[in-house]
Amino acid sequence: MATKPMRIRAAAKDGVTEVKALIAHEMETGQRKDANGAVIPAWFITELSVSHNGKVVLASEFGTAVSKNPYLAFKFKGGATGDKVAVSWKDNKGESRTDEVAIG
Amino acid sequence: MENPQKKLACLLAVLAVSAPLGAQTSDKLMEGINEYREALADGNPSELVAAEGEELWKLKRGPKNATLEKCDLGLGPGVIKGASAQMPRFFKDTGKVQDLETRLMTCMETLQGIDPKEVVNARWLKGEKEKMAALVAYIVTESNGHKVKVDLNNPAMKKMYDMGKLAFYYRTGPMDFSCATCHGDQGKRIRMQELPDLRTHEGAIAGWGSWPAYRVSNGQFWTMQHRLNDCYRQQRTAEPIYGSDVTIALSVYLAGKANGGKVVTPGIKR
Amino acid sequence: MNNQRRSVLKTGSGAALLSMLAAAGLIKPGMALAEWNKAAFDAKSMADTLKALGISQPADSKDVQITGPDIAENGAVVPVGVTSAIPGTTMMAILIDKNPNALAASFTLPEGTEANVQTRVKMGQTSNVYALVKAGDKYYTATKEIKVTLGGCGG
Repeated sequence: MATKPMRIRAAAKDGVTEVKALIAHEMETGQRKDANGAVIPAWFITELSVSHNGKVVLASEFGTAVSKNPYLAFKFKGGATGDKVAVSWKDNKGESRTDEVAIG
Repeated sequence: MENPQKKLACLLAVLAVSAPLGAQTSDKLMEGINEYREALADGNPSELVAAEGEELWKLKRGPKNATLEKCDLGLGPGVIKGASAQMPRFFKDTGKVQDLETRLMTCMETLQGIDPKEVVNARWLKGEKEKMAALVAYIVTESNGHKVKVDLNNPAMKKMYDMGKLAFYYRTGPMDFSCATCHGDQGKRIRMQELPDLRTHEGAIAGWGSWPAYRVSNGQFWTMQHRLNDCYRQQRTAEPIYGSDVTIALSVYLAGKANGGKVVTPGIKR
Repeated sequence: MNNQRRSVLKTGSGAALLSMLAAAGLIKPGMALAEWNKAAFDAKSMADTLKALGISQPADSKDVQITGPDIAENGAVVPVGVTSAIPGTTMMAILIDKNPNALAASFTLPEGTEANVQTRVKMGQTSNVYALVKAGDKYYTATKEIKVTLGGCGG
């Protein structure tokens, strides 16, 4: 199953960069059943990190209770227009993905 | 699959729709719910679907190996900005009133050589219908903030509007429901869900103006065709064929009522 | 909007990605992406979660806040946030008392990152939602009840 691109916004203002990310992922809990009554296996992002020009600015661990298509918003000091902000995730099936955006 | 008890409870709730809560309790709850909705508006997951749609729009596909970039949605080939706010509309080349989805099927057929049956016969959110949903998400995002503007002076549009009005009030199915049963009174709700009165401009803009939408309950993006189909399913009556005249007529009726109101698409729904 | 521009870097298996990122200097060895804390995420109750995290007796603090609506229209997507005004906050987590597994997410904050993270979680039912914050070697909490209505019927 191919991963899908995320949407990342990063905007710098007064020396602080605000990052908002929407990540395409099922975040299946493993507690739901399909139409035939079979349990749908858990499938969720376990780790996600955000870096600014290569330096980690947020490292997170997720459980199954994070909503489908996870959303994350936070701010870090520093960051200037054109700098790179990258979001990387890894899920419990071993899939991973990184997308990158330039600070606007 | 929804369980039957839940369905029954839903129907009972519909029948008991009007009993109001104490006004104060209701106001306080609605305030809380509005706060919830506002918190979701930023970071609408429709953006993820729209991003896929943008790629699809520019992707060479089909037997003719062409993109959709020359598709005319009514404002000229390739013009997307504001296009869906002015649909459905009458198209001279096809001689038909088309909504966004049927127009896209025309473009897919003429430009890419993709048989419309592949869309019509696909299951919701599968195959070509999944691709259709992505394209719709992309296109309606480009009409966000625009005003609904459909031309009811056009005779074909007027005819569709009148037919849509008939369909709106047409009672059918085992429950003898029409669209108006749920959406034809002021201040109705199912539990905490307000049901817009689609006969009025305000109600129509609240409904028509915020679909297509991402639904948080199932994490899916739904097109207007999908939304209308599900209304029929909830009526427990025959579901209309994808893109059929009755669906377009209902859309023209709703858009006509909403004319001049502000589009907020894609919406985000419970 | 140019700040929405995105470009796909690479996708691949987790391990290969991590080593690639490390090689590119994106991730400093020993920093972040620590092993996912299975015991803590598998724990059922609040108490077991705290035990798995090796925390005893976190203190209630007015300097910690859990933000979110009083009522959520749908438990599948509940916007919540954690903020901490305690200097030296290095970790923040969201726990949902009545969920099958209490721990929803945890965030490690390097220096320079504001102790204010917003996300969205699933809630099975109306529950107290806890913010758990680490500053120095001490833990603090704050709580808020969020009501969940399932609302109407597929409409």
